[in-house]
Amino acid sequence: MGAFLFRRLLATIPLLFVILALSFMFMRSAPGGPFDSERSVPPQVEQSLRAKYHLDEPLSAQFMRYMGGLLHGDLGPSFKYQSRTVNEIIAQAFPVSLTLGVLGLLISLVIGIPAGVFGAVYHNRPADYGIMSLSLLGISIPNFVIGPLLIIVFCFTLGWLPAGGWGAVNQMILPAVTLGALRAAYIARLMRAGMLEVIHQDFIRTARAKGLSEATVIGKHGLRVGILPVVTYLAPATASILVGSVVVERIFDIPGLGMFFVNSALNRDYTMAMGTVLLYSTILITLNLLVDVLYAALDPRVELR
Amino acid sequence: MNRRILLLFLTLFISACSPDSRPPDFAYLLGAEPETIDPTLSSGQPEGRVARTIFEGLTGNDPVDLHPVPGMARSWDITPDGLVYIFHLRSAVWSDGHPVTAHDFAYAWQRLLEPKNAARYANMLYPVANAEAYNKGTLTDVSALGFKAEDDSTFVVTLKSPCAYFLDLCAFYTLLPVPRATIEKYGDDWIKPEHIVTNGPFLLGEWILNRHIRFLKNPRYWDAEHVYLNVADAYTSENINANFNLYMTGVLDWLDSGGVPLFVIPELKQRSDFHVAPYFNTYFYRFNVTRPPFNDARVRKAFFLAMDAGAITQYVLRAGQEPAHSLIPPGIPGYTEAQLPKRNIEEAQKLMAQAGYPNGQGFPKAEVLFNTSESHKQIAEVLQSQWKEALGVKVDLVNQEWKVYLNSVQTLDYWMARGGWIGDYLDPNTFLDMWTSKNGNNRTGFDDPAYDALIERASRTLDPAERMGLLNQAENWILNREMIILPIYYYVVMNLYDPEDFSGLTPNLQNQIMLKGIKPLKGHRGRPRDIHTPATAERF
Repeated sequence: MGAFLFRRLLATIPLLFVILALSFMFMRSAPGGPFDSERSVPPQVEQSLRAKYHLDEPLSAQFMRYMGGLLHGDLGPSFKYQSRTVNEIIAQAFPVSLTLGVLGLLISLVIGIPAGVFGAVYHNRPADYGIMSLSLLGISIPNFVIGPLLIIVFCFTLGWLPAGGWGAVNQMILPAVTLGALRAAYIARLMRAGMLEVIHQDFIRTARAKGLSEATVIGKHGLRVGILPVVTYLAPATASILVGSVVVERIFDIPGLGMFFVNSALNRDYTMAMGTVLLYSTILITLNLLVDVLYAALDPRVELR
Repeated sequence: MNRRILLLFLTLFISACSPDSRPPDFAYLLGAEPETIDPTLSSGQPEGRVARTIFEGLTGNDPVDLHPVPGMARSWDITPDGLVYIFHLRSAVWSDGHPVTAHDFAYAWQRLLEPKNAARYANMLYPVANAEAYNKGTLTDVSALGFKAEDDSTFVVTLKSPCAYFLDLCAFYTLLPVPRATIEKYGDDWIKPEHIVTNGPFLLGEWILNRHIRFLKNPRYWDAEHVYLNVADAYTSENINANFNLYMTGVLDWLDSGGVPLFVIPELKQRSDFHVAPYFNTYFYRFNVTRPPFNDARVRKAFFLAMDAGAITQYVLRAGQEPAHSLIPPGIPGYTEAQLPKRNIEEAQKLMAQAGYPNGQGFPKAEVLFNTSESHKQIAEVLQSQWKEALGVKVDLVNQEWKVYLNSVQTLDYWMARGGWIGDYLDPNTFLDMWTSKNGNNRTGFDDPAYDALIERASRTLDPAERMGLLNQAENWILNREMIILPIYYYVVMNLYDPEDFSGLTPNLQNQIMLKGIKPLKGHRGRPRDIHTPATAERF
C-alpha cells in the first residue's frame, strides 16, 4: 500500500509537468496578448508593460521562470488583475467553489443513495418507477435550466430565497441544489443498480438465513458492496462538480473560481490560466488516487499493487 | 480525523462569509471586476468609477451635464494665451489626516508619466508641456515637465498648446492625486483596503474579488456634509441575467446595461424605473482603407448609402437607439456634428458602377469582422442582406474571439471590422484625433497629412467657435469626404433605478455614477420590485 502510494505520487510529477508545458504552449500560440485592448497604448508603454511581466524574454526563459516560481509555491502575478497575484485570487475564489462543490456533492449523496437503495429494495414497484422517472428528469434537465427554474419559483414567486450572491447560508441553498441535482439522479441510478446486483448474491442470502433483520442485511452487508459503483463515480463527480460549477456560478452570480477557468484563457491571463489548470489537474489526479485506495478499503477482493 | 475535516470546512465556510455584515444604504452594479484600483494605472470604466469614488482630482464633473466643477482646487486662473493654469487648492486632508498638497499632484502626475510604470492612459496628460516626450522616454529631465507645485496650495500647469478641454481632463481618473508616503511604504500593495489612503468622498471598506467593493463615507472629506450615504456596495459582476435578478429582487438599487438582458427590453420600456438616455458612444464599422475593394472611397460611400441602420435600431436593438448620421454623438455644447446623407440606393449603385462593380459584378471577396457576440452577429446579418439586396454584393461574416479580433484589427488583417468608441471627455476631439496617421487607435490604415494638419490646427485654435468649426471640418473629412468608417448607431445609456427611492441618479452622457450626491429618499430600499409592468407606464 505504501509503495503503491509512493509510486503513484511520483508519477504525478512528470504528468503535471507535461500538462503545464502543453498548456503553456497552447496558450502562447493563441493570437493576441494580455495587454491588447480596444484602446491602443503608445509602443513605449507597451514595451514597459511587457518588460514588467517578462514577456519580452524568450518563451523558454519565461517557462523556466514560471516553473522556478512554482517550486516556491509562487504562481506569479495575474496579467489581468494587476494588483493581485494568482495565489491571492485562488485563495479568495477557490474556497467559494469548494464550499459550493462540497454542498452540492453532499446534497447529491444525501438524496441519491437512499433513493437508489429504496428503488432496489422496492424493485419494479411503483416507488421504484417513481424514483427512476424523477432521476431520469434530473439527468435530462441541464443545470442552466434547473437554476433559472428554481430562481423563478423560490425567488420571484415565493420570495423565500435570494436570487444570487454569496456569503449567507440562504444564498447557498439554490446553487447547491442546482449543482447537486444531476449527480443525485446519477447516483440514485448507480446505487440502485449496485444494490440490485448485490441483493441476489449468496452472502446476502446467508445474512438473511442467519436471521439478521432486513435493515441490517441491506444497511450493513448490502450497502457496503452495493455502494462501490457510487464510490468509483465519486472522483469524477467531485471533479466535474468543482470544474463544472462554472455554469451555476454564473447563474447565481457566485464569486468562485469557475469563471476564471474560462475567462483567464479568453483574457490571455497566462499565469491565471496556468494556475487554474494546475489546481484542477492536481485535484483530478488526487481524486483518482483516492478512489483506488477507497476501492481497496471497501472491497476485500481488490488489492493495490 | 472527522473533527478536523469539519473544522476545515468551518474555516472555509467562515472565510467565504463577509466580515462586515451591515446592510448598505445603496447598492449598485459597478461592472466587471476592476483590474486595479490604482487610479494612475487604471484604464477602464469600472476602474474609473472606483477611482473617482475614493479619490478627488483638481476638478470634478457636474453629475448632470458633466461640466468641470471645483474639486481639490477651489479655484483656478488661466493666462490669456490659454497656456498656463494656476490651481489654488483648498485645505483638504487625506484619510490619514495629512493635508492634500500641490506636491501630491506633482507626484501623481509624474508617476503617471514615468515610462517604467507603464500606465496605459498616460496620454491623457499629453497636452501638458513635455509630458509626451517624458512618457516616451525621449526626455528624462523631470524639472522640464510642464507642472510644478509652487507651494503647498498652488499648482501650476503649463500646456504645450492651448487645450480647451483641459479642465475636463483634470477630473479624469488617471490624473487623480495619490498618497506618496503610502505608495512608498507598501509598493504595489498600497491599494489593499488595509493600507490605502484616499482623499475622496468615500473610503475603501472592503474589496472582495468578483463580489463587491464596499465604500464607507469619508468623515474627513472636505464636503462631507453633501455625502448622504454611509455604506455603499458596488457589485462586480458581468453576469447580465444574474444582475438583473438582483435588481428585481431589490438587492441592487441601480444598474446599467450590464444588467439589462436584451430580450426583456421591450417589456422594460413600459416600466417607470427604466431610464434610457443618450450616451457618448458610437457603434461603427471600420474600413480597412488599404485593402481592395475598400481602398476606393466610392465603394465605402456606396456601402453607407445602401445601408438602413433604422432597421437595426428598430428590430434588433429596440431600446431607443438612434441610427447614426455622424461619428460624434449629438450633445456636446457648442458643437454641431456632421450630417451624413440619408439612405440612397440609386446613388449607391451609381457609385458602385463608377468603381467598376455595376450590380456587384466582379466584386472581390470582402468580410465583416466582429468579436463574438449575439447582437454583433444580428447587426452584421441585417447589413449583409441589405448590401446584397441593394448592391448585389456578397459580404461574408466572420466572428473572432475578443483578443483574436483585437489582434486582427490592430494588424489591419480585415476588410470591415466592428468598432465602438466612448468619448473620454466631453469634446469632439476625443472622437477625432484618433484618426490621425500616428494614432494607435486609427486601425484603418487611413493616413492623410491634410487631416493631421487640420486636427493640429484645431488644437492650436483658442477661439471656441472657430475651433469647433475646424473640428466639424475634420469630422466631415473622415465621413462625407473619405468615409473611413461607417457610423451605424449611437448607443444609449440604459439604467434601472427607482427615482422615488433615491435622488441624484439622473443619467449623464458618459454614464458616470457619482455616489456623492446620491440621497436615499423614502428609506425603504431592499424590497422586491413589481415583476409585472407597473400600470403607470412612462413613455420614452
